[in-house]
Amino acid sequence: MSTPEQFSTTVNTAVREITMAQAIREALAEELRRDPRVYIMGEDVAEAGTPFKVLLGLVEEFGPQRVIDAPISEAGFSGIGVGAAMTGLRPVVDIMFGDFLGLVMDQIANQAAKVHYMSGGKLKVPIVFRTTMGATRRSAAQHSQSLQAWPSHIPGLKVVLPSTPFDAKGLLKTAIRDDSPVVIFEDKLMYQLKGIVPEGEYTIPFGVADIKRTGTDITLVATSSMVQVALGAAAQLAEMGISAEVIDPRTTWPLDKETLIESAKKTSRAIVIDEGYERYGVTAELASVIMDGAFYYLDAPVKRMGAMNVPVPFSPALEDLTVPTVEKVVEMAKVLCGRL
Amino acid sequence: MSEIQATNVAAKQDDYLSLDVEQCLHMYEQIVKIRLFEEQVNELYKTAKMPGLAHLYIGEEAVAVGVAEALKPTDYITSTHRGHGHCLAKGAAIDRMFAELLGKASGYCRGKGGSMHIADPETGNLGANAIVGGGAGIATGAAFSSKFLGNNRVAVCFFGEGALGQGVLYEVMNMASLWKLPIVYVCENNLYTEYTHFTEVAAGDIQNRPAAFGIHTEKIDGQDVLKVYSTAARLVERARKGGGPAFLICDTYRYSGHHVGDINREYYRTKLEEEEWKTNRDPSKILANWLITNKNIQVSLLEEIENRAQQEIIAGVEFALNAPYPDPSEVNTNVYA
Repeated sequence: MSTPEQFSTTVNTAVREITMAQAIREALAEELRRDPRVYIMGEDVAEAGTPFKVLLGLVEEFGPQRVIDAPISEAGFSGIGVGAAMTGLRPVVDIMFGDFLGLVMDQIANQAAKVHYMSGGKLKVPIVFRTTMGATRRSAAQHSQSLQAWPSHIPGLKVVLPSTPFDAKGLLKTAIRDDSPVVIFEDKLMYQLKGIVPEGEYTIPFGVADIKRTGTDITLVATSSMVQVALGAAAQLAEMGISAEVIDPRTTWPLDKETLIESAKKTSRAIVIDEGYERYGVTAELASVIMDGAFYYLDAPVKRMGAMNVPVPFSPALEDLTVPTVEKVVEMAKVLCGRL
Repeated sequence: MSEIQATNVAAKQDDYLSLDVEQCLHMYEQIVKIRLFEEQVNELYKTAKMPGLAHLYIGEEAVAVGVAEALKPTDYITSTHRGHGHCLAKGAAIDRMFAELLGKASGYCRGKGGSMHIADPETGNLGANAIVGGGAGIATGAAFSSKFLGNNRVAVCFFGEGALGQGVLYEVMNMASLWKLPIVYVCENNLYTEYTHFTEVAAGDIQNRPAAFGIHTEKIDGQDVLKVYSTAARLVERARKGGGPAFLICDTYRYSGHHVGDINREYYRTKLEEEEWKTNRDPSKILANWLITNKNIQVSLLEEIENRAQQEIIAGVEFALNAPYPDPSEVNTNVYA
């Protein structure tokens, strides 16, 4: 079983629904309360609570010493975070848009990711970079990318892609407690998505995929925003008599290869869906893992569905064409199942 | 092109007469040790016993030694690709330094870092960094930690004037000044960013750059270790007491090439210029002359110090040459904490 029972969404004392933004805020508040070494730094994280309002109220409880507004200097405050993490603190660095990783990659990929290894294990960098992803907000090419493939490529980094409020809270708490650098991508469009989140304390381990829906005819491996797309497709496919299983790896590294492979062995068909560019992307890696591990069980080639290989356009007429949709996934699944 | 201004530096050093002679001798020993270490590194390179390259600190020793002398063991430093001097000055052991340079398991980073990445948290060394300006964020973050935790530590960020071209340095200096972080940025201006004179790539007066952020800035002769020490001591204590960051420009000179093997340098600087620095502005000569003139130190005592350092170098390199390489199983350990 890929999902240990204690992490199932059904075991909670008080059933309540909150948004993804609330779940993230709750995780941060709980960790700030639990560990005095945790601090948050980024642009307009304090009173403004970020443009997405995810952090509203935190500065009131924890003060400006721990929820710290920085200048518009992503590389600078990320670098300060790396040094702070090396000397006893546990920073949560807020990179407002994932696109801004372009400004920060030296600090993440050359500093944070390598310090532990280069020092022969003597220095640790327990830092969390929270950032965002996701298109179709009409924000154009520099505020819409899903760049999770970048940190996923770098040894030394862990990469988290929550797809539900429950996962967002549990994974973020795990990230803050991890002694290695972690990059979390939150889908901007899912901040208002509601889901069941227990009131009590819980964490979700990295490297454990979650089966979001069980099925027998085809496996849909999906990350973050694409989990909702895959679930929508699975519902439509069910009406056509095709039983789709939806698997969410939740972390691209560490990666729960076994759950992906076992599902593909069972269904004999797989589509991998991720909102990053399809070219050299997360989908390529996941598809390769399935192909390697389940080759003799497959009845069709593993298919990849990512964002179109173009800069994200502004016009709604164009932007909507660039991301995988429920309709496109249904169409692809029908082809693989020989139903067209 | 030559920046040489003073040739008789020892004469103006009467201000330092109150300095403790033992401390001055310790600084002499440290300078000599770094010089001999680096000469041995060059030998290891020339005899093909060292994998890869190294960037020698010869000529600049007074900067690392003077600054480190002003620090407590618990204070932090970040270093650079030209970092052996900083690491040794902050307290790294010669044998484990050599072992790291040779990629041996007993090296400071178990052979995983090499010349450009020596880290030794036990002596407050947060690591040499092979990205120019790469230590800026880390050192400023260490200063941020110190203020956050109230543990009274000071961070020193060593970098060459080449790092003045990196934007991240200005981002963190802005925050260090805003938040009054306990950090001293030590800019070693050795005149050459790799193979290019700094005036060809740095516009304006470099002192104006930190000053623009409201950071206290001083420019001193980096060949005069007593000047470096006394200035650094003042700036470090100022930072420790909450006075905020400082920026210290040390005028110095890299005797060797950008890296070992950079031996044909005529296309970017003259041999005459090199000779002038070696003859008239050598940090060990300046200190030796001062000790002899002002503290009645015998030449024989200085020779004794040199011999002792030489013995340590010989023993250290011997240790490293005989030390085992890491086990192949270590290739994928320490990727994650």
